[in-house]
Amino acid sequence: MSRQEAKPAEGDGRLNVTMRVWRGDATGGDFTDHEVEADAGEVVLDVLHRIQATEAPDLAVRWNCKAGRCGSCSAEVNGNPRLTCMTRMSILPTEEPITVAPMRTFPIIKDLVTDVSFNYEMAKRVPEFKPKPKPPEGYRMAQQDIERVQEFRKCIECFLCQNVCHVIRDHEENKPNFAGPRHFIRYAELEMHPLDTGDRRNLLQDKMGLGLCNITKCCSDVCPEDIHITDNAIIPLKERVVDRRYDPLAWLVNKIKGRRSPRAE
Amino acid sequence: MPDYDVHEFDVIVIGAGGAGLRAAIEAQAQGAKTAIICKSLLGKAHTVMAEGGVAAALGTVYSEDNWEVHFRDTMRGGKMLNNWRMAQIHAQEAPERVLELEEWGALFDRTGDGRILQRDFGGHRYARLAHVGDRTGLEMIRILQQKAVARNIDVFMECTIVRLLKDNDRIAGAFGYWRESGRFVEFKAPAVILATGGVGKAYKVTSNSWEYTGDGHSLGLWAGADLIDMEFVQFHPTGMVWPPSVMGILVTEGVRGDGGILRNAENERFMFRYIPEMFKADTAETEDEADQWYTDRKSARRPPDLLPRDEVARAIVAEIKAGRGTPHGGIYLDIASRRDSDYIMRRLPGMYHQFKQLADVDITKEPMEIGPTCHYIMGGVKVDPETAAATVPGLFAAGEVAGGMHGANRLGGNSLSDLLVFGRRAGLHAAEYAGAVGTRPEAGPDQTAEVIKQSLTPFERADGENPYSLQKELQDTMQSLVGIIRTEADLEKALTKLGELKERAARATAEGNRMYNPGWHLALDLKSMLAASEATALAALERKESRGGHTREDFPKTDDRFAKVNVVVSQKNGETYVDQAPLDPLPSDLRALVEAK
Repeated sequence: MSRQEAKPAEGDGRLNVTMRVWRGDATGGDFTDHEVEADAGEVVLDVLHRIQATEAPDLAVRWNCKAGRCGSCSAEVNGNPRLTCMTRMSILPTEEPITVAPMRTFPIIKDLVTDVSFNYEMAKRVPEFKPKPKPPEGYRMAQQDIERVQEFRKCIECFLCQNVCHVIRDHEENKPNFAGPRHFIRYAELEMHPLDTGDRRNLLQDKMGLGLCNITKCCSDVCPEDIHITDNAIIPLKERVVDRRYDPLAWLVNKIKGRRSPRAE
Repeated sequence: MPDYDVHEFDVIVIGAGGAGLRAAIEAQAQGAKTAIICKSLLGKAHTVMAEGGVAAALGTVYSEDNWEVHFRDTMRGGKMLNNWRMAQIHAQEAPERVLELEEWGALFDRTGDGRILQRDFGGHRYARLAHVGDRTGLEMIRILQQKAVARNIDVFMECTIVRLLKDNDRIAGAFGYWRESGRFVEFKAPAVILATGGVGKAYKVTSNSWEYTGDGHSLGLWAGADLIDMEFVQFHPTGMVWPPSVMGILVTEGVRGDGGILRNAENERFMFRYIPEMFKADTAETEDEADQWYTDRKSARRPPDLLPRDEVARAIVAEIKAGRGTPHGGIYLDIASRRDSDYIMRRLPGMYHQFKQLADVDITKEPMEIGPTCHYIMGGVKVDPETAAATVPGLFAAGEVAGGMHGANRLGGNSLSDLLVFGRRAGLHAAEYAGAVGTRPEAGPDQTAEVIKQSLTPFERADGENPYSLQKELQDTMQSLVGIIRTEADLEKALTKLGELKERAARATAEGNRMYNPGWHLALDLKSMLAASEATALAALERKESRGGHTREDFPKTDDRFAKVNVVVSQKNGETYVDQAPLDPLPSDLRALVEAK
């Protein structure tokens, strides 16, 4: 096959780099070195694309938006879980090879693409949003009451938090009973939604493994959206579970009365 | 027995962006056995990148707003070429669809009295965009995705459809392959909804992702559906320009809606020099008036920075061409000097993050450098305005892949509302059609055998064309010859080049095996990209005037003869035809709305 001449556009400065990319499938694999030209203004995903266009057309990489908004291109760059589309070449040391490996917690499909279906299975087990009846004039909610939920809704489902969570990273056996940080924030967003009437706390404690989390904050550290997963979602959920278990009546009263109402016009 | 999976459904939806998800939810609710098929993982479709908001005349910020004004703005923005009935349905139903999302859990930003807050955008007379900061699309796709999952709709992820199947004139299903294994799969269904988005990946500078390869446009064309308005391609005025690797990434119109302004390298607010006749009465003449508008709509008119996207994009191109561009070949978009940093961080957190991380620019302290980027195609599959049915029985289309709703130019925010309104209608009517179909259509094994053979040819040759090189050549061709400003000579040249690329694409090579093989996937995607690109070039040649997202240097003015027609591209027995079809005339009561001051 004719090889494409693909040079980076002149940008913030020419680099010559060795990309050490993991290649293989479920049966095994190894790192392969690629010497490529890059530009300091590029991101790791650009350089992976250059390798595809020039040397390895079948290199499997999952990506979509290349703008940090879809969460498809997660990988481990020099051992750090990151979105490859938001990792600039300029922040990486180029004297040594730059390693790019697939997320470790999920089974390999091929090269940098992993089987993330675990996350989609856990999503199916989240009981649906249950709104209170809509008043004739429509719902009213105060901005300050929705902001904490809006923080969780920034999640782009890159699954980097699931990838680094040690409850499942090295313990495949925990997966069936552990929703993981991505879904803990989903439960938190439902629990804290001003209109929701559901109660998912027994489920969280008994089936979703909330108790297995011992708040080491690895998830929060890797979140590309800077969501405070542990502090703002997991810890409050743990507190609510404890509240409920000790005092169901107090919980009920809080659920009914605890919301601020938006100020009237 | 075939050696591939076969699934049977009443309705299949191709694409899992907003239109596809909303369509599937509705079809399933109507009792149809429904499946969603998507090229990527669920929740990654292009809707996720929509930033500024969803347009709907809720009237929460300006109680004067209503569907009639929204209709007027949409028609004027579309240079009156819109299918008026679609524009009317859209304006009337958008508020219900947005409120429905709220019932499903969406949390739009709020007004002081707890209702949905609305933001200003180009071409909309009133603040009309319901939004969540600058990540509205993410909120919408997540809510729709979670609804579809809760409704137990079958979702086939990372599965690419390469052909629609037919039983004589009727749709009989779709055929494709699993990206992961490379194995083939057939979906039998009497009703197919195309919700595949656009074709921006045929351009070099684009805000679109790899998925945007014109699949639905080409699947429809090959299956006998008419395409209309393919010449109208929207270049969003504000994409990033520096560094080169991020060129084209979208910068939301919300920056201007929230107070940002455009300046050239001479520090001039040049947009005041580019106000077209049609918008003179609605647009501020001085900087003072424009600035006053943000707080006072009664005595001040809107800033020219918020003209419809086609006008702003052309003005930016003209400024750069005249040598008044920035060092990196763009124009300045400045909100730093106009709003305090708390406000910017609250309203535009995604933009802050994007510029800081990718360009080392702090948008609360310095201006952004921006330039036009290919963003959206107004043209698409011709549909019935009420039912979203294409011209082929059993085929439906909704969202960007459908044509007519936006005419010659789409207003910002009207896409997110379009996909809700017409996604729902497509789902409803596809389910109805499937329920009444009688004998189920059957494609027969010959069609699938032929698709399999064609799809595997890239593996049969060791020394063919590199699909990545072909895509790059296609992008260079479309960017330079079928871009923002077009001429007959360029379009002719483009068609010759596209013909040559088609031949070469038929000789594209794939290395390795069929498992998750992006080179092979691209070799197959090239066919649809080329088919849709050719439709655009042909339609652009046919329309000898300038209007909306189609500017001809050799015919710089609008021409009344073209004001009353759509350009239609179709295929029969492998031959491509270009025709003109008259627009459905606008009823006089609606004309009065559009002409209202």
